Amino acid sequence: MTEAVVAQPETELVTLTVDDRTVSVAPGTYVVDAAKRAGIDIPVFCYHPKMEPVGMCRMCLVEVGRPAVDRASGQPILEADGKPQIQFAPKLDTGCTVVVSEGMVIRGYTDKVKEARDEVLEFLLTSHPLDCPICDKGGECPLQNLTMNFGPGKTRYIYDEKIRLDKHVPLGDLIFLDRERCIQCARCTRFQSEVVDDPVIGFSERGRELEIVTFSDPGFDSYWSGNTTDICPVGALTTADFRFGARPWELKPVASICTHCPVNCNTTLNTRREAAAGGKQVVKRVMPRQNEWVNEIWLCDKGRFAYQYTEAANRITQPMLRKDNKLVPATWDEALVAVNAKVKTAGGKMVTLAGGRLTNEDYFNIKKLSDAAKGQSLLHSGIAGGDMVASVGLGQGSNLTDLGSGSAILVIASDLEEEAPLWWLRVKQAAERGATLIVANPRRTKLDPHAARVLRYNYGEEAALVHAMLDSFSPKRPDQPESVKRLLRDDALKAAAQEISGAENLVVFYGSEGTDLATSHSLASACANLLIATGHTGRPNNGLVAVWDKGNAQGAWDAGLRPSESLATQMEDAAVLYIVGADPAGDDPQLAAAVDGAQFVVVQELALTKTALAADVVLPAQAFTEREGSYTSGERRVQRFYPAVPALDGTRPDFAITAHIANALGLKLEDKLPPKIFAQIAAGDEAYRGLDYGKLSEVVEQWPIIGRADVYYGGTTYDNSQGLGVQLSSASERGQSPVLSFESPKETEPAKDGLLAVPVTRLYDRGNTVVPSKLLTDRLEAPQVVLHPEDAEKLGLEMGKPAKITLNGQQATVTTHIDNSLPKGTALIPRSLGLPINGPVELKVTA
Amino acid sequence: MLRGMFEILRGMFITAREAFGKPITVQYPEQKRPVRERFKGRHELKRYDNGLEKCIGCSLCAAACPADAIFVEASENTDAKRFSPGERYASTYEINMLRCIFCGYCEDACPTEAIVLGDNFELSFTDRSQSIYTREMLLDPVPAGGKPTPQQTEPGLFDRSIPMMENPK
Repeated sequence: MTEAVVAQPETELVTLTVDDRTVSVAPGTYVVDAAKRAGIDIPVFCYHPKMEPVGMCRMCLVEVGRPAVDRASGQPILEADGKPQIQFAPKLDTGCTVVVSEGMVIRGYTDKVKEARDEVLEFLLTSHPLDCPICDKGGECPLQNLTMNFGPGKTRYIYDEKIRLDKHVPLGDLIFLDRERCIQCARCTRFQSEVVDDPVIGFSERGRELEIVTFSDPGFDSYWSGNTTDICPVGALTTADFRFGARPWELKPVASICTHCPVNCNTTLNTRREAAAGGKQVVKRVMPRQNEWVNEIWLCDKGRFAYQYTEAANRITQPMLRKDNKLVPATWDEALVAVNAKVKTAGGKMVTLAGGRLTNEDYFNIKKLSDAAKGQSLLHSGIAGGDMVASVGLGQGSNLTDLGSGSAILVIASDLEEEAPLWWLRVKQAAERGATLIVANPRRTKLDPHAARVLRYNYGEEAALVHAMLDSFSPKRPDQPESVKRLLRDDALKAAAQEISGAENLVVFYGSEGTDLATSHSLASACANLLIATGHTGRPNNGLVAVWDKGNAQGAWDAGLRPSESLATQMEDAAVLYIVGADPAGDDPQLAAAVDGAQFVVVQELALTKTALAADVVLPAQAFTEREGSYTSGERRVQRFYPAVPALDGTRPDFAITAHIANALGLKLEDKLPPKIFAQIAAGDEAYRGLDYGKLSEVVEQWPIIGRADVYYGGTTYDNSQGLGVQLSSASERGQSPVLSFESPKETEPAKDGLLAVPVTRLYDRGNTVVPSKLLTDRLEAPQVVLHPEDAEKLGLEMGKPAKITLNGQQATVTTHIDNSLPKGTALIPRSLGLPINGPVELKVTA
Repeated sequence: MLRGMFEILRGMFITAREAFGKPITVQYPEQKRPVRERFKGRHELKRYDNGLEKCIGCSLCAAACPADAIFVEASENTDAKRFSPGERYASTYEINMLRCIFCGYCEDACPTEAIVLGDNFELSFTDRSQSIYTREMLLDPVPAGGKPTPQQTEPGLFDRSIPMMENPK
């Protein structure tokens, strides 16, 4: 349980009676929630347990009685039988806005209450179109369900007099509004302003004229817009993705994990057979699945709408071999024979490069194969520090929801909403609960307004900033670089350091804003030192979190894969280059040359990427929707996902392909059952010890209780019955006390002439897993350079105008963006937009 | 014995009467008997007089079907390409006649009276795949004066599915 109610059992509870059931709840609880705890449903529309109540819809009207008090003596008045006399209010109260008090008596099912509900529903239905047969919410609609349960059963309204409003109002390209269906509960507008601080939609006009409008351009420009369709208690808001896609009862729910970012949000994949796909089972929509430790009940739009790559037309279903410098289809046997012959003779010169979206089981087999071949197993990632996260990561039982007053959160070198939206949301909410949020970033990010302190530094000085904090506790190191000394003169930094050291709990998020592998390592180690020096390790709600660039980079680190600073050279020198789920050639021309330079290249992929096109053998792998496996999130929570759709004919899961290659070396690896591989992981890795797939699928009751018709919706996709996952213990928790280590912070040299280009991350990038989602095409970032206004003026560039850039020897024409919060002399180049950038580098820009 | 003779003659009389009387069998398939009013034969997807399809792709027939014989997939109408009144139409509508038990629940479930069990009982096929009747096979022909679907319609004229149950003008 995650609520403060359970987290603080010492708080005195308030006891009240709801329909003859006695229940004790924390003070401050609303009557509807108290009733829910007592097992009694009070119907609601506008109330949502994750938002402040507004009491707009009047659906939750109940009779509220309080013990009568004698005004003269202040003593409770007793009945003849000695029980306190209960005084009921003359009118009904809204249960969602009334806070419980001692001895309160709630009547939720008296005739008076029932009559009120009848009337409220009748009023709501006067302007509701009753087009349930064509409404996407039909079947999981609170208005339908509550009308069936509490409604009058008959209408007195004349159908022809019903109000007529626009039924097709696109709020953006992702969300559609049906004005007739809207019951004006304001859940969507409150969600956008209160929960995610993106107030891009709002109410316009009043009464019957009331309408939801969007203020942004493009319309409904928010990373969170899909959530409004979930919490909409009617079918007023629908997604372009699922519009008329299927009826909810026809869909099969399958528990899965979002693999786009290291949060690993729990999702439900709704699948159904589709005529357009030739009768195949396909994913019709992605919905959030409740996990109060991970994503609560939310999901960002990337997680919701960017799943089509698993079903894209460019998926490969047959192995391919290079013959006469052309890739030709081959059988699995032919392909494996070709690969195995090369692997056998690689003689220690086998290099394995894996991407960050494979499963723990895949990494385990890859590592085993690579070790048996005496080769190198590398992770294609620009972020370092997974070993430090394993050592001083979040303690078991951590939950960002538990962070509040007395806790501190440091977010450094990360634009959290772009890199890991759900963490942004949960960190923001922790700050609202009173946690001290310190944001250190060279430029303004969306987290800044919620921070207690914002620290600025120059790109490249992120590790120096943490070192300066460490030095402010005990300045013992005179050999610190100049930047540390300069940063140390900043009073805000010193104050932030004090707040961090004095905090009861400390969580440090470090990202990849402007870092390359070397500076990232330096930053991770500095952050780990900060946690160790201030005693914030080995406990729940304390520790280090890496904001990885890929969904399961932590799992890859735990398996022993490491990113490499000399990746290009290593790849070029390989006798066998085995690339799994990564597209180095597509990311960077330098790596493309390295792929070309390698003697024999095997690529295991979903689609024909640039790397695959340059390969000698291409092996078709299965997408995560077609197989099972486990993922380790940045918070080191291991979670499993289930096969949702049948695998494409001809494809094999990654771990199995690796096992088949391992046969060449006489190595027997599990090639059928992921749980068996997981058992081997659990036997080998101390952090995973004792875990199995059964443990990962365990669930406990979560608060708020969902699944009942009255709160969110009547659908089944929020319900988490297939596993909450298990948080791993960090090494520091297992008694391996981490040691402070000093490493002089690595810094980036400022550019000699021209600008310093630094890589940043954008949510809607142009990665291979995002581009196939046609729905997001218009929202994907264009290749761009972000400049300081003065630099732009000097170069004669304007917002939105094309600019010619020279970057890492590559020339490109990109769109100019201007951001006045950038340090002068710096230019931002977002990653994964087709521009080669792995770290800070000199940039030439011309108009 | 006399009594036995009589019984035989009586039997032969009946045989002779039926042999030379008016036959009650019909010469199917040249000759077809009309079916009863409530006969439940092959499904038909009805149209409005103007040619628009009554089916709005709500899939309630599929939900009601006890034999799971119906498969519906919906798509969105536009005024430039309109199949039915309102926003939604059935882009795929399939009934597996091998599964159908002709109970008529689909008729009951239909909110627009689009699916009706008709008079046709001549369902035979030589291949299992032929038992799947598609939307095109089930749709009634366009009535005289109506236009075939998809139609190009005036904006705002047919923007509602359910209230348009009477024939749209």
